[in-house]
Order: sequence, then structure tokens, then C-alpha cells
Amino acid sequence: MVHVSATPVLALRGVSKRFGAVQALTDVELEVHAGEVVALVGDNGAGKSTLVKTIAGVHPIDEGVIEWDGKAVSINRPHDAQNLGIATVYQDLALCDNIDVVGNLYLGREVRKYGVLDEVEMERRSRELLDQLSIRIPSVRIPIASLSGGQRQTVAIARSMLGEPKLVILDEPTAALGVEQTAQVLDLVERLRERGHAVILISHNMADVKAVADKVAVLRLGRNNGVFEVKSTSQEEIISAITGATDNAVTRRAARTSGEIKK
Amino acid sequence: MSIDKTSTPPEDHVVENPEAAAGAATVVDPRLLVREQGFAGYITEFKRKIKAGDLGSIPVVIGLVIIWIIFQSLNSNFLSANNLSDISVAMVGTGMIAVGIVFVLLLGEIDLSVGSVSGVAGASFAVLNVNHGMSEWLAFVLAILTGTVAGAIHGFVFAKIGVPAFAVTLAGLLFWNGFMLQILGSNGTINLNSDGMVAKLTTYYFSDVAASYGLAIAVTALFFLSSYFGNKRREAAGVPSRPVSETILRTVLLAIVAFAVAIVYNQYKGLPLAVVIFVGVLLVTDFILRRTPYGRKIFALGGSVEASRRAGINVEMVRISVFAISGTFAAVGGLFIASKIASANQGAGGGDLLMNAIAAAVIGGTSLFGGRGRTWNALLGVLVIVSIQYGLALQGIASPVQYMITGGVLLATVVIDAITRKTQKTAGRA
Ligand SMILES: Nc1ncnc2c1ncn2[C@@H]1O[C@H](COP(=O)(O)OP(=O)(O)O)[C@@H](O)[C@H]1O
Ligand SMILES: [Mg+2]
Repeated sequence: MVHVSATPVLALRGVSKRFGAVQALTDVELEVHAGEVVALVGDNGAGKSTLVKTIAGVHPIDEGVIEWDGKAVSINRPHDAQNLGIATVYQDLALCDNIDVVGNLYLGREVRKYGVLDEVEMERRSRELLDQLSIRIPSVRIPIASLSGGQRQTVAIARSMLGEPKLVILDEPTAALGVEQTAQVLDLVERLRERGHAVILISHNMADVKAVADKVAVLRLGRNNGVFEVKSTSQEEIISAITGATDNAVTRRAARTSGEIKK
Repeated sequence: MSIDKTSTPPEDHVVENPEAAAGAATVVDPRLLVREQGFAGYITEFKRKIKAGDLGSIPVVIGLVIIWIIFQSLNSNFLSANNLSDISVAMVGTGMIAVGIVFVLLLGEIDLSVGSVSGVAGASFAVLNVNHGMSEWLAFVLAILTGTVAGAIHGFVFAKIGVPAFAVTLAGLLFWNGFMLQILGSNGTINLNSDGMVAKLTTYYFSDVAASYGLAIAVTALFFLSSYFGNKRREAAGVPSRPVSETILRTVLLAIVAFAVAIVYNQYKGLPLAVVIFVGVLLVTDFILRRTPYGRKIFALGGSVEASRRAGINVEMVRISVFAISGTFAAVGGLFIASKIASANQGAGGGDLLMNAIAAAVIGGTSLFGGRGRTWNALLGVLVIVSIQYGLALQGIASPVQYMITGGVLLATVVIDAITRKTQKTAGRA
């Protein structure tokens, strides 16, 4: 599923980011193609969230180049990222508990008719979108408060789909979810891939990563520590890259087979 | 056609990966709410809402009925046309203030200044019109604008500087009370022209019987047509709609209430102007809150400020405008109260007015936690409070007892509010 020949939707080339005394990212490389799920893994403090925030325009990069469809772009504000077609679902979902599913999907971009909310049209489009994504919720007219954690997560992801983004970034979407709910979210991630979106998935959970990702990019102390093909890599190899337990045969072998390791 | 069914049929999308598929064993979500057609479905849906803690106006309506039955059994004059008509006119002043409070409560905030601001509006009108001979209309508009400006100032300090609304409006309570006393001057009481415009707000009645019935018909027809055509649009768009039987049921219930009220008014002086204005205000504010993007922003802020901000909502502007609305309705309420006593005096805006206005909004069903409520709540709540006042007055019971009873009712309401909130949470996460 890796389209080596095609131009990646997003490519980071030698990206660095520093916060005062902390060098959060050093010379990071990353490529994501359309219809590909790239898992971004790494220990706490490895720089995953920072990397995602540089792509989303929350923290502008200090050094390096961000390429979008093969062309260098500058992403300095969240707005820039949105305009390019990058949607980010942060870990704290930012939904309004008291408003129903339709209202949350369209919050801040309500469909209007003569200046009045066009509830019928918003509901119709919401159902269409949820159907396309095979998202199952009891009703689109119940408040978010009465949905389960997994259902909320799927609503948050569906919300990010409204702008037809080319790249979707999900920050730990399955943390704090039960088994069944996790499966719902992973199903949804697969559907995003089927629809041709590029997906960056941050996760701590190796099972999730093995289940849906095509490639795994490991960050360690703000640097690349290998990019692996999920199909041909064992969980142990990935874990040792995350923990940095080794500069050992496993990682070297992975480096030879994938040929993408920078560091 | 009108089956509220949200499921997609179990789709045979290709599950590429066995681990995920194993987790998603339940293909059809058992929690799907399939709403049966017609009346049975309506009852099922109703039961589900009750279970989920979505009580709406039911507690307050039941409470109101109980209060009326008790007072009627104590004194058969309580449910007389005369008394009911008086209650409905007396409630408008506090009710208007409560409408503004509903807006503020929807944000999850509070406005303690509304009593004082209402006093300022009454005094401003009296000073400008009676003392300075300004035209009634201009004095009226300026008096209301005083409230708007006062509210906007509170909103600005709260939204831009970040002082808690509680503290800003507490300062406002003191300041505007002092301001009112200052402009009233040494003699303290200014009598209004008893034939003037403000006086007429509460003394004018449409005595023609056709007026009451006409309004009842208009309100019922408006409700039916908007429901009916709303449903037609939904059907056309292929989204679930209410069965016609349900629309008819609701319309009939509304018609019964509307005509009962009309009959009562026509047995006394006719349809009170104050009530017409109040109902008009409720219709307009309800529309703004529930049908416009601006109203949606208010609810969003009451739900999650962070989510609102990320959705691109201008949080500060919404906050300032909501406090301006609260101040405006406080001023409008103040003019109705001045009208009722035909004067502006030093006691205006004080006493139990502030507490009653907040209690009315909350008793009516507006949540103290923000994000849940309707302006119609203000009507129900103020009806409860003024009914208690009038009922006890008929018994010759003095205000200490009245305060204690109103306090008890308020406590019961906030307990229901807190339990509702809990139930909704657990219903969702179960
Ligand atoms: N806004 C910030 N200011 C200063 N340091 C930061 C900031 N954000 C992240 N960091 C630092 O950057 C490093 C990487 O953090 P982060 O990207 O959150 O890691 P991860 O998401 O992989 O757990 C950490 O050392 C963290 O303390
Ligand atoms: Mg993180």
C-alpha cells in the first residue's frame, strides 16, 4: 500500500523545532501519501504532539521544509493548514456536550437560509456523511452528552471530514476507549484510507498500529528512529525502536529492508 | 417515512483487518432508537427522554398545577378571571428581567445587576419625561438604552478583562442602585403621567372579545403551519419527520391552553397589552436562540468555551452582547414595574426583585450549569412565583412566609437541575 512512486501529499524535510532550551524536534523527515495511514509512535516526550502541531500550524517550524503535493509551503497559522486541506482532531475533542450531533458537526460553519439556521439541510448532509463513513450513533438529534466515548470520537473525526481534507491527523484517537469503541474508530480510520485521505495516526497502542497503519514512523528524543512497513515488521522491532533499547540487529535489519531510516 | 432510524443497514464494507473486525462484532447497534410510527412511538420516545433525565418543562408545569390547586382550595377567588388576569399582568415586569437572565444563564454565567439596572431605567424615564419634559418615546428609548449600555459595560469587563461575571455584576448592583438614587434626587419619588405611554403598558386592555380569541387563533395557526410545513420540508429532504398525528396533538394542546386563557381574559377586562408584548418577546427571543447562528453560538459557549473558540466563534463578542441583552431586558422589565406602580421611587429595583427574576428563570427549567434552557422557561417560572405571591396575599399571609416558600420551590428546582445533569451524563456513558 505504499505508493513509492507517487508524490507524497505531505513531506517533512529536515524539520527542527526548539522551545527555549528544549530541542523538541531535530532534522525530522516524514512522508505521507494519499490513501495511506502512517502511524506516528514514540515514548512520552518524543515530540509526536509537537510534530503534529507544526503540521497543523500551531507551532511554526524553525528549520527545514514542509512540502505539500511536492511544493514547499509555509504553515504559520492553523488557518494556513486548514486552507491546504489539513484537518486535525486533537485528543481533547472540543465538542459541545449540550448540542446535538448535527449542531456539533456544523458548529461555526452552520448552513443558513435567509440568515436562519437550515436545520433540515444540515441534518440531511450529516446523515449522508455519517452513512458514508458508516458511523453508527443512536440519533443525530441527541446531545453529545448522551454518546459514548467512541461515538464522540467518531463524531469529532466526522466533523473534520466536512472540509474534505486531503490529510487527517488524529492525536491518540483510541486512548481511553474500550475494545468495541476502539474497533469503531479503527474501522473509521480504514474508511478514511479507502476514501483516499492521507492519515497520520498518533498512538501508544501497538495493537492499533498493527491493525490499521501501513507505515510506522518512530520518533525518539525528537529524532527519527526508523520508518517501518507494518506488514513486514514485528511488534518487538517497533518497540525496540521506540525505547531505543538497541542499536541492534533488529533495527539495522529493518533499516536495510525499508531503506528509509535516516538516523 | 417517519421512522427515526439512524442506522445504516449492516454494510458489507470490506474489513481488511481481522483484529478490528473482532471488536466490532455487533453489526447493528442495539441502542438504536427506532421510533415506531404514530402515537405509540410518541409515548416510547417520551419515556426514553424521562429515563435519560430530559424532563424539560414537566416538573414546573406539575408544580404550577399543584400550587394552583392548593390556593384554589384555600380560597375560591384564586382561580377567578379577575385574579388570574392580575397575576398575568403583574408577572410581566419580573418576567422580562428573567428573559435576560435566561440568556446569561445559557452562557453558564450570572447577572446580579439586573434589579438595579431595572430601577435605573424606570428612574431615567421618569426624570427625562416628567422632570425634563422630553417626549415619551424618546425618554422610553433612552431608558432602555441605559440598560443596554450598562449591560454592555458589565460584559466588556467580564469578557475582555476576565473579571468573573459574579463580581462585575455585583459591583454593578451597587453602582446602578446609587446611580438611580442620584438621578431621582432628594424628593425621591416621581409620579408618572397616568395616561402616558409607560402607564398604559400595564393598564391598557384590548376589551374587544375578538382580540383575545384572535390572538389565540393566530398563535395556534402559526404553530400548526410552521410545524406542518417544517415537517413537509423534512420529508422532502428525506430526514425523519414527526407524524402528522403528533403535530395535531401538540396543536390541540396548545389551542386548549390558548383558548382557556382567552376565555379567562374576556371574563374580566379583556386581553392585557402587557401580556401581548411579553408573548411577542418570548416568540422573538425563542426564535433567536434556537433558529439563528447567533443563538447557536450562545448555546455553544454554554457547552464548551474551548470548543467554541476552536470552531471560530468570537467568544468575547458573544459574551458582551449577551450581557447587553440582559441589561436591555432588565430595563424593559423596569419600565413595566414602574408602569404597575405608576411611579419611579427609591425602592425600585431592590427588595426581592433580583432573586425573583433569577428564580423564575431557574424554576422555569433553565440550567444553572449553562447550555440548557429556553426563554419560555421565564414565563413558567415567573408564573409560579407570582402565583405564590398572589395566593398568599389572598390568604393575608405576609412576605416572610412567601420568601420561605419561594426559597423552597427554588431549592427543589435546582436539585432537579443537578439530578438531571447527572442522569444525562450517566445515561450517555452507560
Ligand atoms: N509549548 C512548549 N514549550 C516548551 N516545551 C515544549 C512545548 N511543547 C512541547 N515541549 C517539549 O517538547 C518535547 C516533546 O513534547 P511532545 O511533542 O509533547 O511529546 P509527545 O507528544 O511525543 O509525548 C518535550 O520535552 C516537551 O517538554
Ligand atoms: Mg503528546
